[in-house]
Amino acid sequence: MADGNIVTSRRFFLFASAAGGGLLLAGCVTPPDTTDGAPAVAAEPAKPAAPPINMDHYVAIAPDGTIRLMAKNPEVGQGIKTMLPMLIAEELDADWSKVVIEQADADAKYGNQIAGGSFATPNHWVPQRQVGAAARLMLIQAAAARLNKPVEEFTTEPSMVVHAASNTKIPYGDLVADAAKLTPPEVASLKMKDPKDYRIIGKPMRNWDSPKIVRGEPIFGIDTVVPGMKYAYFEKCPVFGGKVVTANTDEIKALPGIVDCFVVKAGGPIPTKMGLLDGVAIVADDWWTAKEAGKKLKITWDEGVSKDESTALYDKQAADLAKAAPMSNLSKVGDAAAALKGAAKTVEASYTYPFLVHAPLEPMNCTAHAKADGTVEVWAPTQRPDMGANGAFGLIQQALGVAKDKITIHMIRGGGGFGRRLDNDYAVEAAAISKQAGNIPVKLIWTREQDVQHDPYRPGGYHNFKAGLDKDGKMVALTNHFVTFGRPNDAGVMTLLASANSPPQEFPANYVPNHSYDQSMMMGGMPTGPLRAPTSNAVCFAYQSFIDEVAIAAGKDPLAFRLELLNLPVPTGANRTGMNPDRMKDVVRLVGERSGWANRASLPKGVGMGTAFYFSHQGYFAQVAKVKVDNNGAWRVLKVWSVGDVGSTIINPINAHNQVEGSIVDGISEMHQKITFDKGRTVQTNFYDMPLLRMDYAPQIDSHFHITSFNPTGLGEPALPPVLPAVANAIFAATGKRIRSLPVNQNELRWS
Amino acid sequence: MATYTLNVNGKTETVEADGAMPLLWVLRDKLDLKGTKFGCGVASCGACTVHLDGKVARACVTPVSAVGAQRVTTIEAIGQSKVGQAVQKAWLDVDVMQCGYCQAGQVMAATALIAANPAPSDKDIDTAMQGNACRCGTYVRIREAIKTAAGVDKKDSREV
Repeated sequence: MADGNIVTSRRFFLFASAAGGGLLLAGCVTPPDTTDGAPAVAAEPAKPAAPPINMDHYVAIAPDGTIRLMAKNPEVGQGIKTMLPMLIAEELDADWSKVVIEQADADAKYGNQIAGGSFATPNHWVPQRQVGAAARLMLIQAAAARLNKPVEEFTTEPSMVVHAASNTKIPYGDLVADAAKLTPPEVASLKMKDPKDYRIIGKPMRNWDSPKIVRGEPIFGIDTVVPGMKYAYFEKCPVFGGKVVTANTDEIKALPGIVDCFVVKAGGPIPTKMGLLDGVAIVADDWWTAKEAGKKLKITWDEGVSKDESTALYDKQAADLAKAAPMSNLSKVGDAAAALKGAAKTVEASYTYPFLVHAPLEPMNCTAHAKADGTVEVWAPTQRPDMGANGAFGLIQQALGVAKDKITIHMIRGGGGFGRRLDNDYAVEAAAISKQAGNIPVKLIWTREQDVQHDPYRPGGYHNFKAGLDKDGKMVALTNHFVTFGRPNDAGVMTLLASANSPPQEFPANYVPNHSYDQSMMMGGMPTGPLRAPTSNAVCFAYQSFIDEVAIAAGKDPLAFRLELLNLPVPTGANRTGMNPDRMKDVVRLVGERSGWANRASLPKGVGMGTAFYFSHQGYFAQVAKVKVDNNGAWRVLKVWSVGDVGSTIINPINAHNQVEGSIVDGISEMHQKITFDKGRTVQTNFYDMPLLRMDYAPQIDSHFHITSFNPTGLGEPALPPVLPAVANAIFAATGKRIRSLPVNQNELRWS
Repeated sequence: MATYTLNVNGKTETVEADGAMPLLWVLRDKLDLKGTKFGCGVASCGACTVHLDGKVARACVTPVSAVGAQRVTTIEAIGQSKVGQAVQKAWLDVDVMQCGYCQAGQVMAATALIAANPAPSDKDIDTAMQGNACRCGTYVRIREAIKTAAGVDKKDSREV
C-alpha cells in the first residue's frame, strides 16, 4: 500500500461536486441516540436537511493512478478508518494497492461523524458504496466518450476501464481529468456489484495505520505538536461538580518552568457533569513540570451537594427501595402477580453490578488554540465532534461563546474510546485553558488518576427478580424491580442518569406470558455515560444469569431452556420489537454445536461451561464459556466460543474477528473491576486498583460468524454483553456457586 | 536542572532536565520521540516500555538521572535489530492492532523476550508479557504474533 505522506506531493483531480438525484450523504440521518441513554441537558440543534452527495469529499484520483479516499468517521480502534474506504473502493473497483486513506476533519459536509452505537456499518453500507459506484460510472463515461463507444460496452478491472471488444484497457489515472468534468450520475442509474464479484469487501484488509504504529510514528492525539505550544495540567474538585473557593495560584506561578497558573470557572452546558467544570490550570514548558507543580496546589473547594454520597449509602438505599413499593411500573403484560401465586415453583434473586470506568489506554488529552482573532483550532482524539450537548463543537461553542464556524476540529486517532470520548470535557478544558493563558496553544494531558476519578461512569444497578414455573418447568411469569440512579432535571423531576436505564422490554419480556417491570431511583451525584455496549453490558449479566438460574430450577439444560423461551408465542398484549427470535435461535444452536455443549457432563469438578446470548446494536451473539476454578477460588476462563449474526457480509474479516476477540477479553476484564465512591469521590486511582485483564488470563477464543441474508450491521459492541453471564454461568456449573454480584469475589468460590 | 548525556537509539543526546524527570517525558517532550507512550505513570500498564541495554524498562518510572551510560532503545529504532524487524513484520502479518496505543510497548516487550529466548513457550509469553496491558484485548493476536516472529508452532498449548 502506498504511504499517506505522498498525497501532498501529487496533483489530484476531484470529482465534480454535487451528484444529482438525491443521493444521500453517508450517515446524514442522525441515529437515535442510544449511545447516551440520557435525556439531553441542552437541546440538540435542528438537523440540517440532507445534502446531496459530494464525491469530491471522498474520492480523488491522481494521473499516476493513486486514489485518495477520505475516512469520514473518528478512529478509536474499531477499524473504521480502513473499513469505510473499503466500501468506496469496492464499488469504484479500485486497485487497493493504489489507495491512500486520509482522515477527514470534523465537518458538517460529511454528515454525522460519530464512533458510537455500532452505527457506522448499517448507516454507511449503502451510501459509501454509492460514492464508489458513482465515481466508477464517471470514469467509464469518460472512457466511452474517448473511444466513442456506448457506455454499456465497458466494464472495469481494478483501477482500469476495459473495452473488451477493442481489447482496450485505460488506467483510471488516464481518465480522471476527463471524468472529473462530468456531471455526476443520478443515483437510480447506479449499478452496484453482485457480491460474488467483490474483490475488497470480505477480504482481510490490514488496518491502514498499522505500519505507522509498529514504527512508533506520532499519530495519536497525545502526540500532537503545534508550534509555540505549552503544556497544561488541570485539577478539578474530587467531589463531582465542586467549585474552587481559593487556590494558591501565585505560589505555583513562581515555580521554575511554570508559565501560568489560574482558576478556570465552569461554563456552558455541563451535560451529565462532563463539560467545563471549575478547576485550577497549570501551564508549563513541559507537561511533567506542570503535573509535578500540581502536587503543590492548595485549593479550597466548595464540595457541593454530593459530598456525603458513598457506595455504602447507595447499597443501603437500594436494599430499602427494593423492599418498598416501586416508584413506577414501566411495562406490564398479563398478570404476573397472579401467575406467581399460582406457580408450581418460584425463583427469587437479586443481581447487582458496580459502576465501571472506561479507562482507554491513551489518557484524556487535547491540544487547542483559542486564537486572538476569535477562532479556535482543536486537535482532539474524540468519538463525537458534533454540535450535540456532549459534542466537542457544542461544548466549545457554548463555554467559550464562539460561533461554530469559528471552530476547527481535527479528529486525531484516539488510543481507545469505549464511549469515553463521546464526552468532550477534556476538549473544552483545553480550549478554555488556551484562551485564558493568553491565546497560546496548549496541550492538556490528564493523569491516569484523573481519568479514573473523572469519568462518565457506567452506572451500577440493582435488579430484583421473581420468576414462576408451572408444573412442567415452563416459565410463566417474570417480574423485576430495578433500582437505579437519577438526578432532578431543570424542572425538578427525578430523571434517570445517562446509561442508568434497564429496558422495560428486556428479554424474556414479551415472550413469557406474564411480565411486569418496576423501577425506583435514588440520587446519584456522579457523572455517568455510555460504556461500550451501554446498558447492555450491565443488564445482560443480570438477565442472562437469572434465566440460567430459572433453567436450573426447572431442571432443564440452560441452552435448551433458552431455545424454549425463544420459541414461546407472542403473549396477548405484548408487542415485540427489535430482536428476531429466529436469528437468535440459530446462533444459540450453532454455539452449542461448536463448543461441544452436549458433552459438558464429562468435565471434571472445578471446570464448567456456561452460555448466554444477547441482541444489541442490531447484532445477534451467543457464546459459551469454559471456566476453571481452583479449590482456593482462583478462576480463569479457558476458552470462549462465540457465534455472531451481523448479516450478509463480514466487510473486513480480519478486523471483525479482532473486535469479537477484544469484546470477549473486555467483558471478562469487567468481571474483575469496580468503581466505588466515598465522601462523594471516587476511591480507585490507577490500574493497580482498577485492573485490566492481562495476557496470562486471556482465554482461547473461537469466533465464528453465521452469514444470513440481512444487511450488515456493526461489531464494535454486540459481542461484549453475553460473555459476562456466559462466564458467570460457567462458574456456577464448575462450583455450584451463583454469581449474583460483580466483580467476582474469588473468596466466595472456594470448594473442596 | 542538570545536563544529562544519553545514548538513545545509537545517538548521543544531551538534555537539560530535572534529574527526577522520567525518561518517558525526556523522550517524548525533549527529544520528540513520541512512539513511547504514557498510560499510567506508575509502571502498571507497560505502554512506556523501552529497552535499557536490551532489557525491558518502564520509562515512566525511570528518572533520567538513573539512565547513565545504558543504551536506550525505543520503538522508533526497534526495526534496526533483526529480532525487532521480525516482530514488527509479525505484528503486521497477524494484524494485531485495534487502537494501537499499547502496541509500541508490546513490540518492545516481545522483542526483548525473543532476543533472550528465541523459542518462547506459552508460559514464557505469559510471564514476559503480563506487564503490558492491552485495553482493546488483542492478547490472542499478540500471542500469535510472538510465535510467528519466533518461528515456533502457533498453536495455543494452554489448557482448554
